[in-house]
Amino acid sequence: MTLSKHPKTLLVIVAEAMLEQRLVADARARGAQGWTVSAVHGGGQEGVREGAWEADRTVELKVICDAAVADAIAEHVMATYVPNYSVVLYFCAVAVLRPDRY
Amino acid sequence: MIDVVVLFFLLGVFARLVKSDLRLPEALYETLSIYLLLAIGLKGGIELSKQPLAALAPQVAACIALGLAIPFVMYPLARALRLARADAAALVAHYGSVSVVTFAVASAALARKGIEHESHAALWVAVMEAPGLVAGILLARMGRSGVGDWRRVAHDVLFGKSVLLLLGGLAIGAVAGVEGTAPIKAVFIDPFKGVLALFLLELGLVAGGRLAEVRRFGAAVVVIGLGAPPLLALAGALTGLALGLSTGGVALMATLAASASYIAAPTAMRIAVPEANAALSITAALGITFPFNIVVGIPLYITLAQRLTA
Repeated sequence: MTLSKHPKTLLVIVAEAMLEQRLVADARARGAQGWTVSAVHGGGQEGVREGAWEADRTVELKVICDAAVADAIAEHVMATYVPNYSVVLYFCAVAVLRPDRY
Repeated sequence: MIDVVVLFFLLGVFARLVKSDLRLPEALYETLSIYLLLAIGLKGGIELSKQPLAALAPQVAACIALGLAIPFVMYPLARALRLARADAAALVAHYGSVSVVTFAVASAALARKGIEHESHAALWVAVMEAPGLVAGILLARMGRSGVGDWRRVAHDVLFGKSVLLLLGGLAIGAVAGVEGTAPIKAVFIDPFKGVLALFLLELGLVAGGRLAEVRRFGAAVVVIGLGAPPLLALAGALTGLALGLSTGGVALMATLAASASYIAAPTAMRIAVPEANAALSITAALGITFPFNIVVGIPLYITLAQRLTA
């Protein structure tokens, strides 16, 4: 069987854990059909976030979607959260087998 | 003699300073904090079931007033130390709110010294969580247009785990009473101090990590972190005295006033005042004030209460 692969965009957002619910809601409102969240820890220009207690936690949100949806989510995140919160955001080109799921 | 739970805290700080690989799993931290909040609430609730609620109204009102007043009094001082408007507002909100663990250590210290206190004091903790945060948000919003996201803040403070579990525990304890809670006493009441010791070990690790950050923020954070607690404790003690509380009650009220929140406040301030520097507030509250209160402050506040009520 040959696999039929379809191009999609993987949008990855790393942000303060307290933004998780809002980010998920924002992503869904802009057309994301599925998402994955994991707890992570690390550091950057704003300092180290070890995830040791409530206000120190960081999450990584992954959304696979159409490029236009990823752009819409990213634009919103850039305008709403980036000015005041620690946010990492990047895109990857990925291939999926069932395009209607994303 | 220093309280045994404080020694656990110091061990945590030490482990951090010598860069030990000691780290408590996040799930354990979460479990311990849920346990402590529920146990403190339950213990207060059981006592609550023994007395008429109306008699507590003046205490509740005083707690709200104290929580609201602290940020308004501290704000000009923080501004005088050249903190930006948003940073100052967020910082003083942490001090208006309270630290449950500081309260727990103070109760343990009182019990060890055999000093009686109002057993429903957990109610004061629950009541004092929110007013300081409201005051901090009002200060941040002063002279600025826009309504802001009050609904989200209200939801996260009232239904956040600290207030939810404290009030939930109080309610369960009050409804079930002494008899109803007897079957769970072996879990929620008896091992309390051991769990507190373990939790303080973890907080020692966290606070030790914040100590290194102190240099980043300069003298203002140190002045506030060390200077505010004794002054606030005095205000709290006088409030307790005016309410006619017992010696232990006055000491607890002083401790609550002197303590700074590090669970509810950081989250609420991130939502309501996102432009404030969160690391600055946390460094003052958790890196300086918390260790100060645990090690030096609480014995001081107990002595103060004894002098005032003598």
